[in-house]
Amino acid sequence: MRDFLPELLRGLVITLQVTAGGAVVAVIAALVAALARLYASAPWRWLATVYVELFRGTSALVQLFWLFFVLPHFGLTLEPMVVGIAALGLNVGAYGAEVVRGAIGSVGKGQWEAATALNLTRMQALRRIVLPQAFVAMLPPWGNLFIELLKATSLVSLITLSDLAFKAQQINQNTLRTAEVFSTVLLMYLGLSVLITLAMRALEARAARGLRRGRVT
Amino acid sequence: MAVQIWDWNHAAEALPLLAEASVITLQATLLGFLVALVVGLLFAIGRMAGPMALRMAVGGVVEFIRSTPLLIQIFFLYYVMPEFGLTLDAMPTGVLALGLHYGAYCSEVYRAGLANVPKGQWEACIALNLSAWTTFKNVILPQAIPPVVPALGNYLVALFKETPLLSVIAVLELMQTAKILGSETFRYVEPITLVGVFFLIFSLISAAMIRRVERWLNKRMGRRI
Repeated sequence: MRDFLPELLRGLVITLQVTAGGAVVAVIAALVAALARLYASAPWRWLATVYVELFRGTSALVQLFWLFFVLPHFGLTLEPMVVGIAALGLNVGAYGAEVVRGAIGSVGKGQWEAATALNLTRMQALRRIVLPQAFVAMLPPWGNLFIELLKATSLVSLITLSDLAFKAQQINQNTLRTAEVFSTVLLMYLGLSVLITLAMRALEARAARGLRRGRVT
Repeated sequence: MAVQIWDWNHAAEALPLLAEASVITLQATLLGFLVALVVGLLFAIGRMAGPMALRMAVGGVVEFIRSTPLLIQIFFLYYVMPEFGLTLDAMPTGVLALGLHYGAYCSEVYRAGLANVPKGQWEACIALNLSAWTTFKNVILPQAIPPVVPALGNYLVALFKETPLLSVIAVLELMQTAKILGSETFRYVEPITLVGVFFLIFSLISAAMIRRVERWLNKRMGRRI
């Protein structure tokens, strides 16, 4: 195992980069889409709905291939890394949009009314009152989505990015030590999933404490 | 040279082949889901009943399957099983991989359904002197399954959307066919877009169907209680 471990670790770095980049894209896309669906004017609302349904209704691999093979036809050739982060981030973001929407919906209506009574604008109420409370409610489902994202990053191996999954195939072909290689890689993914779960739990505990004290962070 | 973005002729040529391939995709989906339903129930029972060691082992397996990528699991089954003298064709391997992966997800759904049946039901059956198996089969399962049918249906759609992964072990489903078509003509736009449209249509239809089943079940359950 010692001879192929350095190669796998290089793959691990790519996997981590795609996961981190995808997570940032997913959170931003989810927030924008959810807020647009809830509060924006009709055309924006429709656009956000189309985005969510399109990305939830088709396959992540199809989306990845579409961006990778079709965009060059429009004269837009992107680095595989950028394509991977964009496709997976937008895919997970579409699921995340529903999580954000649900979390905002779970904040009591009285909170809006109280904010109105205090003469806050809608924007202030959303930013200061509603979102911080929704934030706590949406953390656990986001934890699940980040694990889905991590697992989905293995797909970037199919658009020539040399991530963990790619390295596993490569080493398997070169050494034929199949069971050893794939078991090691599966354990690495398991370890990353556990790390995500632990990090999200710590964040949840912190956010819940902050909310009780009257502030988040 | 002007770049033609969408070529209807090319799309029309691709369509019959993709329609053929969609049969394989649907077969893999249905067979895989069948395996998932059975495996999931076994996982759920193994995790809730039986000796402590078995429960922990099954729990570990379920968490492991859920935390690792399906793609690697497909590779693992396809390349590692032959080393243990078990060589399967690509399609059965793909169905097995999909079934095991989604079986792990479905087991959590079953578990929630089983946990929601009140304990008094078990106690009443003991009082009626029913055996554990009869109790489980005739009293517990009929109450545990209907409420979780919509959740199981969601996993059917999710499994369907993962079937393109089978293209990596050369199962001739939609994605693989689209890739072959693309590499023959160097035009990926039409085949891959059509595959996307196919998935979108199927997902929308099945989402609508799941909602109907849900309503129907609610009505039926409501009448019975």
